[in-house]
Amino acid sequence: MPLSPQVAPGGSAPADAPQRLSVTLTVNGEDHALALDSRTTLLDALRDHLHLTGAKKGCDHGQCGACTVLVEGRRINSCLALAAMHEGDAITTIEGVGTPQALHPLQAGFVRHDGYQCGYCTPGQIMSALGMVEEHRQGWPSHATGSVADRPALTREEIAERMSGNICRCAAYPNIVDAISEFAGEQPA
Amino acid sequence: MRPFTLTRAASPEEAVAETGARYIAGGTNLLDLMKLGIETPARLVDISRLPLNEVEEADGGLRIGSQVPNSDLAAHDLVRTRYPLLAEALLAGASGQLRNKATTGGNLLQRTRCYYFYDSALPCNKRDPGSGCGAIGGVNRIHAILGTSDKCIATHPSDMAVAMLALDAKVETLRPGGATRTLPLAELHRLPGDTPHIDTNLKPGELITAVVLPPPPPGRQLYRKVRDRASYAFALVSVAAAIEVADGRIASARLAFGGLAHKPWRNPDVEAALVGARPDDAAFRGAAAVLLAGAEGQGGNDFKIPLLRRTLVAALRDATEGTAR
Repeated sequence: MPLSPQVAPGGSAPADAPQRLSVTLTVNGEDHALALDSRTTLLDALRDHLHLTGAKKGCDHGQCGACTVLVEGRRINSCLALAAMHEGDAITTIEGVGTPQALHPLQAGFVRHDGYQCGYCTPGQIMSALGMVEEHRQGWPSHATGSVADRPALTREEIAERMSGNICRCAAYPNIVDAISEFAGEQPA
Repeated sequence: MRPFTLTRAASPEEAVAETGARYIAGGTNLLDLMKLGIETPARLVDISRLPLNEVEEADGGLRIGSQVPNSDLAAHDLVRTRYPLLAEALLAGASGQLRNKATTGGNLLQRTRCYYFYDSALPCNKRDPGSGCGAIGGVNRIHAILGTSDKCIATHPSDMAVAMLALDAKVETLRPGGATRTLPLAELHRLPGDTPHIDTNLKPGELITAVVLPPPPPGRQLYRKVRDRASYAFALVSVAAAIEVADGRIASARLAFGGLAHKPWRNPDVEAALVGARPDDAAFRGAAAVLLAGAEGQGGNDFKIPLLRRTLVAALRDATEGTAR
């Protein structure tokens, strides 16, 4: 699938001018046709162009996890992805997970267990946890797993290791683990 | 970020025909460096959708496509059962999100995390040849103790590459014009010498298409990583080991090390010092002495020398426990 440059009428752009690309992103089941600078990260496309501000910009370097979204069901740091490289991929953001009127069970769990203080990292925590629980369901091991050949139970230690790409500066970690643990326990193994 | 043009390659041949462009796959390191103005490619070729994403059995070993994500490789049944040290190394690196995006080829080609390389206000011969090395005489806690030069004391950050080096991996490439070659992973990365800005022996435009693992080595495998946090941190030192004990003696030993040098480190003399010996602490300390014979601290990283000695002895105890010890 070729990328589609937008060529300005009347001639070509200078060598180091920003490149404009026509990009269709599929977010929460809806297609959005966008004209983006090639430099636009997936996070900036979501926040600044589609006004889906659930995914947060924390460090913008892939270290904090606040920008986590699902791409084809897998969690990634949307700040370290170029939007144009994800044309055609199914992207899920926190807005596609639940609403204030109809919370996703994991969101309800974060409320019930007080899994946050300021809340800034929470969308990333929830998207990451959704991806992580699916990874575990598929039998993936982790660094906390005794033998990598095993299919470990999702213990607190396993959750902490698997969620280490999500930082909470309020340090709500014990309650975050409670919420994820409860949710994972409700999932069919 | 400096402007760039982005195109997508439909085939490996199409990718290598893009003379002068940089390849982007997972982008987890390259995009970060581009945001900081450290990498400034004018053209990027998206190789992430190339059909190089399979793990397949080959001649008793494995051929791993260069686009296989780190997470898939770590979760692959054949890796977990036959090459557990590789799965352990992958799972010891980065975070779940990053492993989902980072690729096999990209992991090998990631750049150092030296603070001076990352800060464009400070001198760095790797980023800006001739500007000097800020780490020598500066803050150098994470830096190299082996194979350094007076131009650069950076380390290679990969865990995966250390495991693959212990497994005698080979790298398959495609070059502009269509020529392919296979080179031992041991010959991919370079020591800094006078040209620390050149990380690898790949030619301009050469594309890694696969990593090939020979049949698994005999004996017990493990990857031991020591770092500042329990998770999601680069290695201060790491040891990849595959040790076979037979009739009370070490029959074969493969050892590779991370966090020590500008490239994943392997020294055949260390392995030779172990083969034929009884698996005891005297032999392990002897091997560590061989490994560390030329080691040199830079001040902030002096601790790596005793840390590595102890880590190697501990790893060898674990790898031989319950055999003849």
